[in-house]
Amino acid sequence: MDFPVFHTDFFGNRMLIAVIAILHVVVNHSLAVGAAPLITALEWRGFRQRSEAWDRLAYKILRVCFVITTSVGALTGVGIWFSAALVNPAAIGSLIRVFFLAWLTEWVVFVIEVCLILAYYLTWKTWGQRHKRAHIALGGLLSLSSWLTMAIIVAILGFMMHSGHWGTERSFFSAVLNPIYLPQLAFRTPLAMAAAGLFTLFLIPFLTARTDPIRTAAIRFVSAWTLLWVPLCALGGWWYWAAIPDWMQQLHPVALTTMGFGDWYRQVIVLLGISAAVVLGVAVWGVCCPRFLPRWCLVAPFLLLVGMLGSYERVREFIRKPFVIHDYLYANGIRVEDYPLLQEQGMLRHATYVAHREVTAVNRFACGQDVFRLSCSRCHTTRGINGVLRKFDTLYGGEPWNPEDIKLTIRTMHVSRPYMPPFPGNEAELDALSHYVCGLQTFPVPLAGDQVDGVRLPSD
Amino acid sequence: MDPSTTLPVPRDIPLPLPLDRFVLEVAVVILFLAHILFVNLMVGGSTLSLVYEMVGLRRKKYDALARVWAETITVNKSLAVVLGVAPLLVVNVLYTVHFYTANALTGSAWIMIIPLVAVAFLLGYLHKYSWDVLSESKGLHIAIGAMATAIFWLVPLIFLANINLMLFPERWTEVRGFLSAVTIQNVLPRYLHFLLASLAITGLFGVAWFGRAEFDLPGRLPGFDRPKILRRCYELAFGATLMQILVGTLVYFTLPWQGVSFFMTAVILLGVTFAVVSLTLLWREVVAPAARIGRRFVPIVLVLSVTVSCMAMGRHLYRDGAIAGHGQRMRQATEEMHYAVREAAWRKEQGITEVQLPRGQRAFQVCAGCHALDAERSAPSVREIQRLYAGNAAGIVTWAKAPGRKRTNFAPMPAFAHLPEGDLRAAAEFMLEMGQGSDSKAGP
Repeated sequence: MDFPVFHTDFFGNRMLIAVIAILHVVVNHSLAVGAAPLITALEWRGFRQRSEAWDRLAYKILRVCFVITTSVGALTGVGIWFSAALVNPAAIGSLIRVFFLAWLTEWVVFVIEVCLILAYYLTWKTWGQRHKRAHIALGGLLSLSSWLTMAIIVAILGFMMHSGHWGTERSFFSAVLNPIYLPQLAFRTPLAMAAAGLFTLFLIPFLTARTDPIRTAAIRFVSAWTLLWVPLCALGGWWYWAAIPDWMQQLHPVALTTMGFGDWYRQVIVLLGISAAVVLGVAVWGVCCPRFLPRWCLVAPFLLLVGMLGSYERVREFIRKPFVIHDYLYANGIRVEDYPLLQEQGMLRHATYVAHREVTAVNRFACGQDVFRLSCSRCHTTRGINGVLRKFDTLYGGEPWNPEDIKLTIRTMHVSRPYMPPFPGNEAELDALSHYVCGLQTFPVPLAGDQVDGVRLPSD
Repeated sequence: MDPSTTLPVPRDIPLPLPLDRFVLEVAVVILFLAHILFVNLMVGGSTLSLVYEMVGLRRKKYDALARVWAETITVNKSLAVVLGVAPLLVVNVLYTVHFYTANALTGSAWIMIIPLVAVAFLLGYLHKYSWDVLSESKGLHIAIGAMATAIFWLVPLIFLANINLMLFPERWTEVRGFLSAVTIQNVLPRYLHFLLASLAITGLFGVAWFGRAEFDLPGRLPGFDRPKILRRCYELAFGATLMQILVGTLVYFTLPWQGVSFFMTAVILLGVTFAVVSLTLLWREVVAPAARIGRRFVPIVLVLSVTVSCMAMGRHLYRDGAIAGHGQRMRQATEEMHYAVREAAWRKEQGITEVQLPRGQRAFQVCAGCHALDAERSAPSVREIQRLYAGNAAGIVTWAKAPGRKRTNFAPMPAFAHLPEGDLRAAAEFMLEMGQGSDSKAGP
């Protein structure tokens, strides 16, 4: 309502943040939070067994993690800031006012973490065996600071899903102590540890020669590490599942499979189950007979994990709908408390960047386009990913659509599909939107974002 | 250019600031300074590495120097990124609407920063770690380094276009993406200013880096002697700072004037004074005999720290000045929205639907304060106006926008040019039809 509307009409705004954020989660779980303690454990093992081979392998794994976390990991983290501000500025603008101190603390811990990983990596060779104990302690500190960054951010993620008592109390601590926080953390911590194990298994065939005895020994150790964390992950997952409120549980089918593939919910669950079983199976095999584990077996679990993680993050983001901040801000970027005014007087009267303040017969298309921008574009495109045209096609078929039908649908969409926010405008705007959508059926004009076309101010 | 039609006045986020405004402003200046210092070193280090590697094609010993410079990027780049998060957070909080607006308007280029920098970092690692392996393929090796350096030169320009655009709301309706934001008059001078600063700071960093006792100069840089390297670094710092006097002046005079104030100018001039002092010290180092070079390093750093602090403060003062007026209007609009929202919520609760009056009747409410249908109150009656302006709604609008002074028995009519054209027109037409016919639309 108060920001220019950044919009990409093919890719869609959700996909932008999804790609960046999921990449970030894969990197920070498998190569940072989970990897730091695992690498430290490998280094410690090499120290205890006075083995150069373990030490060398640990260093090589660290190098891979270092390169990727300090480039892709760091930049995708910043990328979440950038993309959240583009995709839903009202949401992130609100969250930073509530959670400023949390993010500031997170930043302090990040600085410490970056300094520690630079030190841990750059002093490995220079400190050598002389200061091995101190170096391992450094690894321990790094592990702790890495985990702390996760511990802080999960409070915010939990808050977005269930704001607890913040609605009435509006204090920092009421926001932090939301009901989803600790369960989610209890799930993510062992998940990150296991993910690091899978990523390391993935690396081992690339970092060691087939004939090198360290390969089988490492596979066994890392598989055992992974197996150790799996039951904790299951327990944490159970607690997390229990903490998800009922109204969100209902959204799981669409969250997991999308509306188009809704019938496949059971199959997808089975698929996820099989993936988890494969991962478990490989880990057990790795502990029992590491010598006979083929290379592709070591590669597959990590790739399956990436699939599962991506799927989990999508579900988490989806079941939060229709809100982006529960009970405060809808996914369309409009505040719950603003709805009475907007539904009474119309969005166009109060939005900053619209072409017209009131719908007339002459400006109906332009108004409809503005209404779409304001109330739909955060999640939908016209013809691209999650495009509305395809959705209405499914609903009504190829015959010319009737604006009255579309009006009826949109007016009640939030009831039939509880992940949709209610329509935030008045009758005239609903009418304009319906005619706009119908117009698109015959003449699919792409919707350019304000970053391409600039903004409009009302001329009337 | 009528500002009422080209100046957007959005509402602010209706949640309180997390900390006192002054505290946040002090924090952002300091945090930004820490960030930009390491960005300078990253950009400068990458540039010097590239230049020296190319020189090294002819003069072998410079290849080793290029390598040492490339190694400094690893730490500096990571600190640059992590130290950027805090000022980004504080800017987001203090200037939410302005900053996010600029982000959205330059969105394609803005989001490209993420993959560009990630790729630049990966290229930097490749460049560093493939030095020996590609020693026979210098062309490729230099190209890898050059791509990273090119990205490091491009990305600050994208940042600058953004943080500049946020200061000028009157430009927001004119911008169509990154290129139109970059051509705002002061962006390129600021960019030049930044590049020179990067070189100057990197030169000074080199003095410290190569000057430390732990640096194994004969081992890492055979064929160089310490005084010569230090002199080269001082030459760079001196030359770049000298040019800054010129470019800085250009930056000042291309600044849109709304943000300039006497205090801000004074702070900048103080910084310039200290920069001139640093020039004299730098000059002494450049011409110093080999045995004594490096003695004035700490004083130079202290003096330039004052300059840099003044510039950071002046920069902030400019920003404040540029958006203060707009911020005021935004606050007003936010308050008005707050009340409108509350009233609408109350109406909804009570089950009252606001009667949607026709536009003309709604707009006339403003005029009705003085103009009654038949009676003369503090202004001529509507009947009188109907006589004078029969069939001439446009004439009423012209008068309302800039009223003359015909009747001294009434108080002067205020101007209503700030109201939307459509509202004025509709009100005029409504007035001309008021009280006509049996179903006369009487006034309020």
